[in-house]
Amino acid sequence: MSETPIDTGQKVLSQGRLLYWSLKRELWEHRAVCIAPAVIAAVALFGTALSVLWLPAVLRRIDAGAAKATSDLISPYAFIALSVLVTGFIVALFYASAALHAERRDRSLLFWKSLPVSDRTAVLAKFTVPFLVTPVVIFGLVITAQIALLAWSSLVVTASGVSPALLWQSLDLTVMWVVLPYGLIVNALWQAPLYAWLLLVSAWARRVPFLWAAAPFVILMMLEAMARAAAKAAGAGTRSTPVADFVGNRLLGGMAEAFSVDGRGNDAIDRIGQLNPLRTFTSPDLWGGLVATVFLLAAATWLRRRREPL
Amino acid sequence: MTCIDARGLRKAYKTTKALDGVDLKVETGRIVGLIGLNGAGKTTAINAILGLTAFQGELQVLEHNPWTSRDALMRDVSFIADVAILPRWLRVSQTLDYVEGVHPRFDRAKAEGFLARTTIPRKSRVRELSKGMVTQLHLALIMAIDARLLVLDEPTLGLDLLYRKQFYDSLLNDYFDGDRTILISTHQVEEIQHILTDVIFLDQGRVVLDASMEDLEVRFLELVAAPDQAASARSLRPIHERQAFGRAHMLFDGVARERLASLGDVRTASLADIFVAIIGGRQRERAA
Repeated sequence: MSETPIDTGQKVLSQGRLLYWSLKRELWEHRAVCIAPAVIAAVALFGTALSVLWLPAVLRRIDAGAAKATSDLISPYAFIALSVLVTGFIVALFYASAALHAERRDRSLLFWKSLPVSDRTAVLAKFTVPFLVTPVVIFGLVITAQIALLAWSSLVVTASGVSPALLWQSLDLTVMWVVLPYGLIVNALWQAPLYAWLLLVSAWARRVPFLWAAAPFVILMMLEAMARAAAKAAGAGTRSTPVADFVGNRLLGGMAEAFSVDGRGNDAIDRIGQLNPLRTFTSPDLWGGLVATVFLLAAATWLRRRREPL
Repeated sequence: MTCIDARGLRKAYKTTKALDGVDLKVETGRIVGLIGLNGAGKTTAINAILGLTAFQGELQVLEHNPWTSRDALMRDVSFIADVAILPRWLRVSQTLDYVEGVHPRFDRAKAEGFLARTTIPRKSRVRELSKGMVTQLHLALIMAIDARLLVLDEPTLGLDLLYRKQFYDSLLNDYFDGDRTILISTHQVEEIQHILTDVIFLDQGRVVLDASMEDLEVRFLELVAAPDQAASARSLRPIHERQAFGRAHMLFDGVARERLASLGDVRTASLADIFVAIIGGRQRERAA
């Protein structure tokens, strides 16, 4: 019997295409990644839209020379940004700690693995969600909500007979619109190892990955606090809390680095000139974190390959 | 051409040996039944073949080492597992979109055609479908993939008779074409014996029978012994004997049909009978 020639022409799809569809499938499954910040943005917009009903009065005071009122103008915009930012952060934490766990729990891992997508692509797609998608979603929502609020404010102001030009002169959003994307990029890089760590634990833990991810740090922090209390009682008080500092730095250090003048959370940036990319991007903490991210993701990939459905 | 070539395949879990030195060879164009009791190692063998589990020993599937190049292998291999593995949150339309997105050999129009024959609503999520529908959906995906090897691990477990019959009918009529290879694991032997070309019996992680259906028909014969011939039939050492309607039914391995013909009615043994004789016999030996 002659062997039937089989078309082995290796049609291979590009890695980019595989990553794109893997990412798309993540967003189908975890719709909260987009929806939760959007809902919060809508709520924040609604609340701030009510608060600007008093705007004409504020503008009249500014017109009369009350300099302090200028800073009040920006606070609804900052509120929108902050609430969306925090929501996006929380959703990203939950996403990353579930991503490689849920697919094992519902056995869909076998389906994903029955398709020609490598474990590396799958893990990379899951990492892309908190690392790239969340910041982009936050940015889009914040800017949209802020523009909507600005349009609404102009309408309210015009309707009560004040010139909207006065509003536009007193309210400078350019700083925020530069600092926000800058901060989102810095923060994404800063928090990369955090998400990679959560992904790793979600590939490893049999249940409650979020607890497993937090437990070592929480336990160490408790021990640290106890040691400190004991030392204090003995009169040899030491002030240093390396574990708590590390955790705080890894959770919120990126925000502090990007949004504060000294990079330590003191004095929020209010001029573009206060940004210090040189300090930020030469920070050993940032680079150390990125190196750790690579190792953690490699370990998560290694685990995904070996793990079987729960 | 060899599709699957395994030599000395071993896999041990903490307390059990799931695979204990499995050698098997599956040629292209065959429909092979992997048959064994629960826990015989069928799923482990399949997982090794698919690159889903690490193993010891040598294993080549379509010239790939499944463990080191699963994603490349999966361009040529399709797989349906025992229980529904389609993610429950996925919509039917998304399932098609996704597989079309990541699989270079997926023919969407073909899948749509298979789905059109079912009552599966396109907008439903998998969790809203009945078990039979989920299998139909998965089968529609699989049949639209131009794969060289299809692996089915208890594909019809828990399905109604009607669905089971449709499943195997579509597989034979619309999918199998002689260039493809199909590996089916099951313990519902009767249902698939007519579609198989080869069978492999697994017991406690070992291959205890590996033969083509033609060979089985020659090798295994059932004799319904005439009452006065039972003793002389027994002297030919049947591998299994049972009593039914007052007569001895004996199963022989490798005894010529002509020799048995004088002792009673001879017929080709069914796969189920052979399974009971071989696997049941081994179980009794272990118990003894």
